[in-house]
Amino acid sequence: MKKEGMAEPQREPSRNSPDNKEPTRSSKGIALDRRKFLTAAASLVGMAAAQAVIPSLHAEAPSSPPVPDDPTRVPGAPPTPYGQRAGFEQATRLPGTSHSLTPLQTLHGIVTPAALHFERHHNGVPTIDPARHRLLIHGLVGRSRTFTMDDLKRFPAVSRLAFIECAGNSAGEWREARGQTAQQTHGLTSTSEWTGVALATVLREVGLKLEATWMLAEGSDAAAMTRSIPLAPVMDEALLCYAQNGEALRPEQGYPLRLLLPGWEGNACIKWLRRLKLGNAPFMTREETSHYTDLMPNGIARQFTFVMEAKSVITAPSGGQQLRAGFVEIRGLAWSGRGRVTKVEVSTDGGRIWRGARLQEPVLPKCHTRFRFPWQWKGREAILMSRCTDETGYMQPSREDLIAVRGFNSVYHYNAIQSWKVARDGSVSNDQV
Amino acid sequence: MIKCRSHLLAAVGGLGVLVACTGSGEAPQEGSGYGLGRPATEAQVKAWDIDVSPTGEGLPPGRGTVEEGGKVFAAKCASCHGPTGVEGPADRLVGGRGTLATAKPIKTVGSYWPYSTTLYDYIHRAMPYNTPQSLKPDEVYAVVAWILHRNGIIPEDAVMDATTLPGVQMPNRRGFLPDSRPDVKGE
Repeated sequence: MKKEGMAEPQREPSRNSPDNKEPTRSSKGIALDRRKFLTAAASLVGMAAAQAVIPSLHAEAPSSPPVPDDPTRVPGAPPTPYGQRAGFEQATRLPGTSHSLTPLQTLHGIVTPAALHFERHHNGVPTIDPARHRLLIHGLVGRSRTFTMDDLKRFPAVSRLAFIECAGNSAGEWREARGQTAQQTHGLTSTSEWTGVALATVLREVGLKLEATWMLAEGSDAAAMTRSIPLAPVMDEALLCYAQNGEALRPEQGYPLRLLLPGWEGNACIKWLRRLKLGNAPFMTREETSHYTDLMPNGIARQFTFVMEAKSVITAPSGGQQLRAGFVEIRGLAWSGRGRVTKVEVSTDGGRIWRGARLQEPVLPKCHTRFRFPWQWKGREAILMSRCTDETGYMQPSREDLIAVRGFNSVYHYNAIQSWKVARDGSVSNDQV
Repeated sequence: MIKCRSHLLAAVGGLGVLVACTGSGEAPQEGSGYGLGRPATEAQVKAWDIDVSPTGEGLPPGRGTVEEGGKVFAAKCASCHGPTGVEGPADRLVGGRGTLATAKPIKTVGSYWPYSTTLYDYIHRAMPYNTPQSLKPDEVYAVVAWILHRNGIIPEDAVMDATTLPGVQMPNRRGFLPDSRPDVKGE
């Protein structure tokens, strides 16, 4: 993540431990959760109020609910209008001033819970009333039109799983092994099932003019975020999304409407989408000129570097975790903005020997793919690495090869092989090889 | 300028099938599909159509001088960007020429930004950070003039308006190339 020195509202630094060590439970925490238990037993009307209160209590003192000695001898909690995870579960995003990181090291499978999907915004998360929200499409179209959210939901819908990765994911790793955990090194990528209407369907409705080749997408946030999108490469897959993992988009994911460009950098997937302007050239906005361009060692920058290339990371065991001798299933995620992951290999000796990992189905294009690799840890020092290959034949590069071509100043699109060092005491740390 | 832009277009367009070949480029009749949405009025489009293109399309009437810009900058920008646009803590705006190929590149409006028009577009849409879209066109033109002048790009007596701004040539105008990846491959 590129550090942007904006005078952003100061938030309290996160007190959440980024690793997955055993949580400590204070007596204060138990008291708070007794309160939660009591409210949970209250009426549905009381429940609505509890919804507003409980999350803030949790943020201050994550803790477990009161536990009966034998859950088979006391009645359990009543149904609730909107569920919450078990009180024992501690995984949280790690927030900075304008982004938050997904706790990849504690998640399973390929879908990121909506509440843990990473965030990146350029002047906060706006509050938008969906009843008042409009999408305007104009420029090189037959006739300018506005669409309500209701209009957009009446079009034929499309659902697909896709990852979204911030172009700046792992940007801290160019110069040194900086992130201590997988969350800190790779937490700006997440996968959801997205539902919406195909961009092509809506553009047909307005009548695209032949000379239209680029589209400006604009958000309704306080940055009025804009990016120019070339139409030809996105027409088959781009979606205007209103849902994520089956429910409405989260506010931080663009509620009520976002653009999804599967496989392309997250910044181009404009959130809080309010306007699409069709043109015949890129609009050269701030975000595609002074930012989100990749400076090469010769001083020339690459522009419109949309695709997120193949990348993988071992999420367990990963930095900050603790190994115990014996069987260890090495687990991780692999993904490619160019299509399906076809192969993931794992090395436990710093890259001398590579062996194929098992890919967990489903293996979907432009989507996180879960890989697994059985291993016996015998208490010796080890360097764990993963590398993936996608359906174009592209293989994730080593850090050395990536830097040899791009130097240290390109900020975005770092996709080198990640190494985790296992010490003799079982501790795991970030160690670039 | 035109040559370089078509170069980019061709390169990015090469990533996929041309629109004209997908069928969607055949300009189907408006409203021939699902009958959803409603025609946008001219006033609706005008109210939201705030972007400014590299050719200056979208620039509003108004004008601003370097001197006026200095006052606006001191009052509304300096608290984040520093008194001379160098000190920060927010993005550095001034200086950095000649650093892009060094170990510590300094990316500023003067050293990195390829288009002068982007400055108007961005300041108008997103600045000041706490009160975006609050500056009047004259104020935006003035701040743009001041930042360009501090970077040695326009003289102190220059006036920025819808005619002069698009004509300002930025030092790093030729500093960008299209995406040439994949450029690095594993073994």
